[in-house]
Amino acid sequence: MIEMATSAVTKLDAHVLRRDFPIFEQEIHGKPLAFLDSAASSQKPRQVLDAMTEFYETSYANVHRGVYVLAERATEALEHARERVRTFLNAPDAREVIFTRNATEGINLVAYAWGLSNLGPGDLVVVTELEHHSNFVPWQFIAGKTGAGLRMIPLDEQGELDLSTLDEVTRDGRVKVVATNLISNSLGTINPVAKLAEWAHAQGAIYVCDAAQGAPHTKIDLQALGVDFLAISGHKMCGPSGASALWGRTELLLAMDPFLTGGHMISSVRLEKTTWGELPHKFEAGTAPMAEAVGLGAAIDYLEGVGLDAIEAHEHELAAYALGRLAEVPGIKLYGPPADRRAGIVSFNLEDIHPHDVAQILDLQGVAIRAGHHCCQPLMHKLGVAATNRASFYLYTIPEEIDQLVDGLHAVRKVFA
Amino acid sequence: MDAGLESLYREVILDHYKNPRGHGVIEDADAEAEGQNPLCGDEVSIYVEFGEDGETIDEVKFSGRGCAISQAATSMLMEMTKGRTADEVAALDKEELLAEIGVPLTPVRLKCAMLGLTTLKVALHKAKGTPLPEGLAGFDELDLS
Repeated sequence: MIEMATSAVTKLDAHVLRRDFPIFEQEIHGKPLAFLDSAASSQKPRQVLDAMTEFYETSYANVHRGVYVLAERATEALEHARERVRTFLNAPDAREVIFTRNATEGINLVAYAWGLSNLGPGDLVVVTELEHHSNFVPWQFIAGKTGAGLRMIPLDEQGELDLSTLDEVTRDGRVKVVATNLISNSLGTINPVAKLAEWAHAQGAIYVCDAAQGAPHTKIDLQALGVDFLAISGHKMCGPSGASALWGRTELLLAMDPFLTGGHMISSVRLEKTTWGELPHKFEAGTAPMAEAVGLGAAIDYLEGVGLDAIEAHEHELAAYALGRLAEVPGIKLYGPPADRRAGIVSFNLEDIHPHDVAQILDLQGVAIRAGHHCCQPLMHKLGVAATNRASFYLYTIPEEIDQLVDGLHAVRKVFA
Repeated sequence: MDAGLESLYREVILDHYKNPRGHGVIEDADAEAEGQNPLCGDEVSIYVEFGEDGETIDEVKFSGRGCAISQAATSMLMEMTKGRTADEVAALDKEELLAEIGVPLTPVRLKCAMLGLTTLKVALHKAKGTPLPEGLAGFDELDLS
């Protein structure tokens, strides 16, 4: 049953890596856990959990202002995590790395702090039909507040961006922001970000990249991509929930107003006027998610230890294997591009059975998939469906889990026969 | 089929899903409303026709699409409410419907199961001009018609 393509990249052994993840030590409904929902959030290796525990047990105090040993240790740990994010993304300067709760907050930061001061009537914000609501709704909201227009690059039949429409889509305004994801959370499509960033800059626009799905699965060099802002999501890349990061160009960040205001982000506060702190503190109001940031740093250590190239190759193999095996199921409809042009994400529908019913019956067989609109209602509208089923893979995913999914889908068909 | 499947997708639920009772549209209905569960895209429209007394539900029908639980529960609701008065149904205890469904539901699936009942109550309150009770407030703003 299990036939996987060979690859030139050093292969990872998911069966071995899996032992790092305590969650797999349990059964669900008496079956082995087949966790196929990593695109929503990834599981955590023991190394990340241990790093956070150690921080709490040995170095915990509030960061930056304290003059005692623990405060210094905590500050050092937080700034070390920031430096890990910098090298992970190949950012020029750690001061450009801002910790956020999640990628959504990172994008909102740009939409509010850059958008409110720089957008107006006659301007356009360009997103894509593939966007997660996190990179769609903030722009729609800020465009509405500023009088700017919102335009959408459509998809072609294969679920890839149709770049031939760019001139048409933007003919009635000045393009000021181009905001797209690197990898689609719904179809797994890998988008031509470097090319789009070049086009954005030719229009005089800034380019905002939602790398929430990209960062876990592929090596990111944001200088090579040529983007102006890039948001990552820590919990999707083996880190804890609550610590993510936004990177932005220094000159843009310096010219921007703050997003959230309050403690820590100030230089001086008087009744008449408050002045802002240095980067990155200007954008980090309040107490940071310190232990979570330490966990994110440990997650980056873990991912780089495995190797992003190996992770990417593993996911392509799993995507190819899954597309082949799923095609065996009668009545299945698969969405999105071919395996070599997608990350480890497969969306599908089974006959006219509602995805919630599919997912519920799969759960009873230990298989966890996502069913719904995946925060991509414009895309669901395009596909002409209310919802899809989505199976997504990560470095710990093994082909046996995909087999378990396929067996489960046969059982679903029997229930509804 | 294992025990879990047998309980949630038991025969009666699948039967209502595959052969929904009261499926259709009433033109010029005395009461109607449309409801949706934005979480999963379930949609239900409900149409009511009152008898000569203006109170008794003479006919009630639904159309829509969604998961087996939402569609089967709405189908059961059609059988449960036909012949009863608008007042009685507008105040119907959800436990009565849950008893009919007869299997324990997780919080997410409970929303699916309640979609039809909520929509029917909104339709009746709208027709009678009575304020929506707490818990249904704002629901009619989802109305797509």
